[in-house]
Amino acid sequence: MDAPTYLPAGLPAPAVEPDGLSAPYWAGLREGVLRVQHCRGCGQWQFAPEWLCHRCHAFDLDWEDVMPRGQIYSWERVWHASHAALQVHGPYLVVLVELAHAGGVRMVGNLLGDPHQPVRIGAAVHGVFEPHPHPTHPYTLLQWQTGPSG
Amino acid sequence: MTEPAQRTLRGRVAVAGVGETRYYRHGRSPDAEFKLALRAVLAACADAGIDPREIDGFASYGEERSDASRLAAALGIRQLRSATMQWGGGGGGCCAAVANAAAAIVAGLADCVVVFRSLAQGQHGRFGQVAGIESISGEKAYLMPYGVLAPPQRFAMQVRRFMHEHGVRQEALRAIALASYHHAQSNPRAVMHGRPLDAAAYDASRWITEPFHLYDCCMENDGAAAIVLVSAARARDIAHPPVYVLGAACGSGYRTGAPVHNAPRYAGASYEQVAPQLYRMAGVSPADVGVVQSYENFTGGVAMALAEHGFYAPDQANEFLTVENLIAPHGRLPLNTSGGNLAEGYVHGFELVLEAVRQVRGTASCLAQRRDVALVIAAPLVTPVSDLLLGSQAALG
Repeated sequence: MDAPTYLPAGLPAPAVEPDGLSAPYWAGLREGVLRVQHCRGCGQWQFAPEWLCHRCHAFDLDWEDVMPRGQIYSWERVWHASHAALQVHGPYLVVLVELAHAGGVRMVGNLLGDPHQPVRIGAAVHGVFEPHPHPTHPYTLLQWQTGPSG
Repeated sequence: MTEPAQRTLRGRVAVAGVGETRYYRHGRSPDAEFKLALRAVLAACADAGIDPREIDGFASYGEERSDASRLAAALGIRQLRSATMQWGGGGGGCCAAVANAAAAIVAGLADCVVVFRSLAQGQHGRFGQVAGIESISGEKAYLMPYGVLAPPQRFAMQVRRFMHEHGVRQEALRAIALASYHHAQSNPRAVMHGRPLDAAAYDASRWITEPFHLYDCCMENDGAAAIVLVSAARARDIAHPPVYVLGAACGSGYRTGAPVHNAPRYAGASYEQVAPQLYRMAGVSPADVGVVQSYENFTGGVAMALAEHGFYAPDQANEFLTVENLIAPHGRLPLNTSGGNLAEGYVHGFELVLEAVRQVRGTASCLAQRRDVALVIAAPLVTPVSDLLLGSQAALG
């Protein structure tokens, strides 16, 4: 029996683009590691990935392992289902997290726990890796939980 | 060779005609999308008193499917000289399409350009639903697996952050919805004509995505709308008083498109640098604007866009955004006087351009007291965005 996931199966699964730009990110999550682009030229952090550093225009940024911790920058509670897989699911929480250890880049994930919980902008959160076993292309999502560490 | 003294659209181009189909609830149009487009184009030409065969250009936006060359062939126009599409998948381009058409006329590339949008969501799928996607790459790969699928989920966190930073209350968003519904009750074209909304019904309505209630979100409709643009000189020969382009602007600020919600100015509608350009070209200030049509994908984005157009500071949003202030004829800033995307018909915002023309002409169903200068703001929160100022002969001075 697979571990339960926050949202039910059937939502679109993340896939690496044909050009491979995001491959290190998704491979990292499967290994339980968060990797973010970091420019070796000027030190700029960058997410989502791009071929070029937006600050100094160096190509091919490094991918650096980052502690998945940060704070809630914004949030939403979704009630209306925009996908058949969510029709009978009920509300869920989405958070935008500002990463403390990667120059404040932001990532979107779900806030684990009670979907009715009060959410506070500025609250500390830590990442939780959520594997999605899939017959042909398994993947891992990065979810968030309140509190500074797991 | 020296630069021309002034590069501008101001007073060079005028709207000769407007036309639209009936607006239907999504999936209810008896006509195919392309047929809707043809009907709107013909209606706009009839309003202008111009033979449709004189059209020599088309402009649109938002991944319009009614192709310019197919329109040209279907209508039997003599020559196609301009065919421009604004980049960006959302309604951010509804004013840019007008700007692109106007620029083509000013530059001598075309003489009679139709700007339009046609949309049959029943035929082609709804914006609010995602289906048939097994895997996704690019920016959506970081969003869709987490249930950020459709526009309500895409924009709610931006609006939430704006409300957090500036203490904006739900009542401010509610006033925007109530103003649109109020105006729609006088507009027989409006899908929500005869369906009034009050504060209690708004408060009791279900959440779509917090902080958006049902009535904070645009409708999804089938319909088409079009305008005919000609040079100012040509416009003097048409039956209606000319409605001039005073100015237009388009784009977004520094890294607005930084993917996955990484725009540096996250709690913004993308107009911070666009709006000053618009006012500069038009030679007017926010105080000169008598009536505004502001694209409501969601009410929260309107609250942000109006602030960026200089009508109030974000911290004053609660005081400014009241129903009394937003309704015609006597409100401080009559807003979305046809009912707009919330209550007239969602034609990706193009119905707002037609309403601005009707205000300046004096033929709108809810006339604003001051309407020589009419502002249209395209979809907020996206990139590129665009805006447009239309005005009467008097506004040109």
